[in-house]
Amino acid sequence: MTGATVRTAERRPAESEHLFEVTDLRVAFRRGQTEAVAVDGVSYHLDPGETLVLLGESGSGKSVSSLASMGLLDPPPAVAVSGSVRLAGRELLGLDDAAGSLVRGRQIAMVFQDSLSALNPCYTIGFQIIEVLRTHLGMSKRAARAHAIDLLNRVRIPDAARRVDDYPHQFSGGQRQRVMIAIAIAAEPEVLIADEPTTALDVTVQAEIMDLLADLQVERRMGMLLITHDLGVAADVADRIAVMYAGRIVEQSPAEAIYAGAAHPYTRGLLASVPRFDLPRGALAPIPGAPPSAGAFPAGCRFHPRCPLATELCRQQEPALLPVPGFERASGPVRRSACHYADEVAGVR
Amino acid sequence: MTESLVVLESEPIEVGGRRRTRGEVWRRLVRRPRFILSLAVIVVLIAISAFPGLFAGLFGNGDPTVCDLSDSVIGPTSGHPFGFDVQGCDVYANVIYGARASLTVGLLSTAMALVAAIVVGCVSGMYAGWPDSMLARLIDIFLGFPFLLGAVVVLTSFSTRNVLTVSVVLALFGWPTMARLMRAAVRQVRNADYVVAARGLGAGTVHILWRHVLPNTIAPVLAVATLTVGGVMVAEATLTFLGIGLQSPAISWGLQLATAQSKFGTSPHLLIFPALFLSITVLAVVTAGDALRDAFDPRST
Repeated sequence: MTGATVRTAERRPAESEHLFEVTDLRVAFRRGQTEAVAVDGVSYHLDPGETLVLLGESGSGKSVSSLASMGLLDPPPAVAVSGSVRLAGRELLGLDDAAGSLVRGRQIAMVFQDSLSALNPCYTIGFQIIEVLRTHLGMSKRAARAHAIDLLNRVRIPDAARRVDDYPHQFSGGQRQRVMIAIAIAAEPEVLIADEPTTALDVTVQAEIMDLLADLQVERRMGMLLITHDLGVAADVADRIAVMYAGRIVEQSPAEAIYAGAAHPYTRGLLASVPRFDLPRGALAPIPGAPPSAGAFPAGCRFHPRCPLATELCRQQEPALLPVPGFERASGPVRRSACHYADEVAGVR
Repeated sequence: MTESLVVLESEPIEVGGRRRTRGEVWRRLVRRPRFILSLAVIVVLIAISAFPGLFAGLFGNGDPTVCDLSDSVIGPTSGHPFGFDVQGCDVYANVIYGARASLTVGLLSTAMALVAAIVVGCVSGMYAGWPDSMLARLIDIFLGFPFLLGAVVVLTSFSTRNVLTVSVVLALFGWPTMARLMRAAVRQVRNADYVVAARGLGAGTVHILWRHVLPNTIAPVLAVATLTVGGVMVAEATLTFLGIGLQSPAISWGLQLATAQSKFGTSPHLLIFPALFLSITVLAVVTAGDALRDAFDPRST
């Protein structure tokens, strides 16, 4: 890597270095005098070939945190972003337009939720793929076109050589999402962020898209951050799951541990509110109440108004995201929960 | 309901069913008779403006400055199909030579206003914050001036008025409408997912403006610009009619209408022929612009 000597001062010790590391990310939107904090001290990391699922309901700050870490939120004064986002040891927050352009798309890319609006209606999909290849990889027009067709084949678009000259509106929703994925992986990024890539699709197509993403990830050893509110999707692909609630991560655990038994009452509520075939009708247990909106978070634990286990302690003191006792591993604590009673919650089935 | 859940992803949805390549845009245009007709009119008018001598001489009396006072306000006769004006000059030759001034003012003024509107609209739309506040107020201030009244006030302070000065003044009061439209369109597109996606793929601001914002915002502004061409031509004629536009010895439809005003009751041909050319020209420009906008719009069929 050129320029590495210059950046050695910024580098962290090798043992704590991950491919992609977000530390204490905070995002606030300003409207006049008031400030709404959408993301409040979120930290997570990602290694090559690993899938981290950011799980949460609408408004929990999961999409905002991913946009902010890519530097895609509007600049100040509308938005204030603080914390640290490091990709391969390099700080991404605060990069200027030119420097950010070299990283975005090349090292870190994003698959958006709504493929119809995320593709420019004015250009053919081939043009949009070729643009990325030429910008980031410096390919010739001819080579880029051939490579674009390869990419479309790779994401299983039938008859790619002909479809490359079609416009976004000529594709079905599932195919458009494949095209989006082809564009995102075109420059072979190290980290892929997928922001609810399957919400706009029906269930059969959803599964195909998730399979495709998983295949590509294994093939290219990408770190993948998958943002979703769908527990089923998360269960299929996640190595680790981070659950977000009201702008904070409330639980971060290996996927199998979460599905075996949550260590936070919110996660447990989420799991209980999934319809299941093996339970009698009417056994669905929704979480009472509604999530707070940004800027109006309750004092103490942000989940306490909706939590069946809340005590006086929860009303007054906000719990930190700490390792859950009894779930340490040789490689260090891998289960974290932001609940005063995490050990009890994790112990109770 | 249950059947619709099993949707297999096989056939692409063909909205409109057609590709929109350059050839396709052209084919869509050719299918529209009103575009062909208006385009033909515009081509003829541009040819007239470029080579008025060729067209003026069709009936044997091609020089607009050969005048005989004894012929004053005589109606259409052989060799003089549009008759004579007050000074005894051939009206047909004058109308032909007048096309150049009208078209030049219309196109030049609109081009200047369009460039200003695109630049101001893009900067204002892309850079929220103080640049936007400043430019938006500037647009508001200029919108506060009535188009014609503003032009009247500025033009009366000029001692010499020619095609260039009239164009500049009309552009000065013509750009804010288009700039505001551009700004609104840019603001809308700036936050579109595909612009965020392009930034996410490493596109810089200039690239985004050129590749993503302009192509998706230019259509409505161009449509208004073609309307503006017509409006500016009418405004030029109006100003000239009022005596504060182009001045003699320039030849323009506005000047001809101005001289016709006192004799219109007895010699309607003085008014009818320049007015007819003006109306047809404006109509052709506006119709062509309308058809162009439809053809370029990737969302229409």
